[in-house]
Amino acid sequence: MPEAQLASRVDGSRLTVALGGTWTAETAGDMEPRVASLIAEGGSPQSVLLDFTAVQRLDTLGGTLVRGIEMAFGARGIPVQREGLSKAGAAIYAEIADGLAEPAPTPAKPKPVIVQGLDKVGEQMVEAGRDLVALVSFFGEVVAAVGSIFTGVGRFRLAAVVNQLDRVAFRAVPIMALITFLIGGIIAQQGIFFFRDFGADTYVVDLVAILTLREIGVLIVSIMVAGRTGSAFTAEIGSMKMREEIDALRVMGLNPVEVLVLPRLMALVLGLPILTFIGNLSAIMGGAVVAQFYGQIPIDIFFTRMQEEVSQRHIWVGLIKAPFMALIIGLVACIEGMRVKGSAESLGQQTTASVVKAIFLVIVLDGLFAIFFASLGY
Amino acid sequence: MADYASGDIIISVRDVAIGFGERLIIDGLDLDVHAGEVLGVVGGSGTGKSVLTRCIIGLVPKRRGKITVFDQDLDTLSRAEHKAIERRWGVLFQHGALFSSLTVKQNIQVPLREYLKLSEPLMDEIARLKIAMVGLRADAADKYPSELSGGMIKRAALARALALDPEIVFLDEPTSGLDPIGAEEFDTLIRTLRDTLGLTVYMVTHDLDSLARICDRIAALADGKVIATGTMEDMLRHPHPWLKKYFGGERARAARVKA
Repeated sequence: MPEAQLASRVDGSRLTVALGGTWTAETAGDMEPRVASLIAEGGSPQSVLLDFTAVQRLDTLGGTLVRGIEMAFGARGIPVQREGLSKAGAAIYAEIADGLAEPAPTPAKPKPVIVQGLDKVGEQMVEAGRDLVALVSFFGEVVAAVGSIFTGVGRFRLAAVVNQLDRVAFRAVPIMALITFLIGGIIAQQGIFFFRDFGADTYVVDLVAILTLREIGVLIVSIMVAGRTGSAFTAEIGSMKMREEIDALRVMGLNPVEVLVLPRLMALVLGLPILTFIGNLSAIMGGAVVAQFYGQIPIDIFFTRMQEEVSQRHIWVGLIKAPFMALIIGLVACIEGMRVKGSAESLGQQTTASVVKAIFLVIVLDGLFAIFFASLGY
Repeated sequence: MADYASGDIIISVRDVAIGFGERLIIDGLDLDVHAGEVLGVVGGSGTGKSVLTRCIIGLVPKRRGKITVFDQDLDTLSRAEHKAIERRWGVLFQHGALFSSLTVKQNIQVPLREYLKLSEPLMDEIARLKIAMVGLRADAADKYPSELSGGMIKRAALARALALDPEIVFLDEPTSGLDPIGAEEFDTLIRTLRDTLGLTVYMVTHDLDSLARICDRIAALADGKVIATGTMEDMLRHPHPWLKKYFGGERARAARVKA
């Protein structure tokens, strides 16, 4: 292990600093505190002599450290001389002096905490406003792209839509069915557990069926799709953006919205109602199975009661929401993808933002629908 | 001020074979790199220049053979010893490979933070020095790689490769994608750094100008072997058909006129 030496002695009014050994990256860490204490305890001699005679190796890290001594005494108005520097060492030292000749730029003073806080709030508000404008403007672009298909300027890409539909809907069926099955089962279990006290076990059928059809089915499926598909859309479009593939499409005269966004959006708008329907069936099955084994309500009784109590409108209330959820998820995912900048970190940020915003908006939209249907008395 | 006198063998590659699947890309290759020299490695596309470089720095496994760096056989080293050797070389990847979520300054400080215990002000000072050494402006320190031009990315990546003052730097096509002025400046920079820091430079390149201007020696790869080593003059006299084509073409003649 190479070592560096540092010794100082006072000759009359002159401070001599004798350096020795290896002043390189390997020793810089150990020597830094010793250099700092030398500077602190050096006092104010008339002059300082740096003696490099015993230095075997010097690199830019060691050199920068030594130059620190020179600069510290220099700043106090004490002249510093160098002695015994080898030719190679002198070259490195000159390189360092040259490179650090400009003083370090002083960092801007940080603002007071309260101003920073207000700043952040303001920025966030402006950002939220821009988000809304971006959403509307992007929706406009999408509508224009749809229009261009009807006017014959654009092209309807059936193959791309089918391909996306396979990824968005078909391959998602098992996981969606499983999750909604479990949720249906959990609702049924909770319902039976509490209704039993009133002897109203059979109301669990109404609970499971109506809650699932109107709210839970579409909500769970939308949230899952936002996490599963929305994030994928953002990452795909974002990495295409990073590698200038979107620009390549543009210069070829292709509209990225028509080529990339429309097929994805269409697949989502078609796929989400299908997934919701499957999810609804699966959740009711989950409820029926739990009712059979936990609540001793035979399956045929469960379905007979469901036919009596649950009208078709509940199914439509749930399903009508699905395409709107799909539109929101798809739009948010594609916008966030288009916003990705050069770095890997920004891709991660936008993907997170895409999922968080999509889920938030899905829940807000669901609330608005609930108010709407309630005021219709539907 | 390296431990190795100029001309000592610092990297030695003996009878190395590297392959992917059934195919051997490099088969029975020998190569020496001397301390303090700028070695240019040339070869047609797919002859394994990059693969050889990646094998020496340990990113690609070899099928057989022996590679020694600083007189140590890379296969027999423990993890700690290998890490100690990695500190003594720096690598400039073809596209810079700067970490995109860190600023230039933070990129340079990654190896410093990882290997050394230094105070923040000293690390800032060292980053500032490295940035100046590779000819970047001081305000580039706080920029992210996505805000830099191609030439600046190469310089910043070189600054990171030089962070720990290595003895060897591996450069993978350092001048590709740079305009002729930028490429010439980069060549000059490499030569200056070699002279002041006593670096050994192993450079994979296609740039005939760089080969003529700054390489002390050239090693030509073909058919999985080094078919020739020597100066530019030796290359021009060599009878191998690929070398005749490579150094005898229009572009090579133009480069020679300039050099």
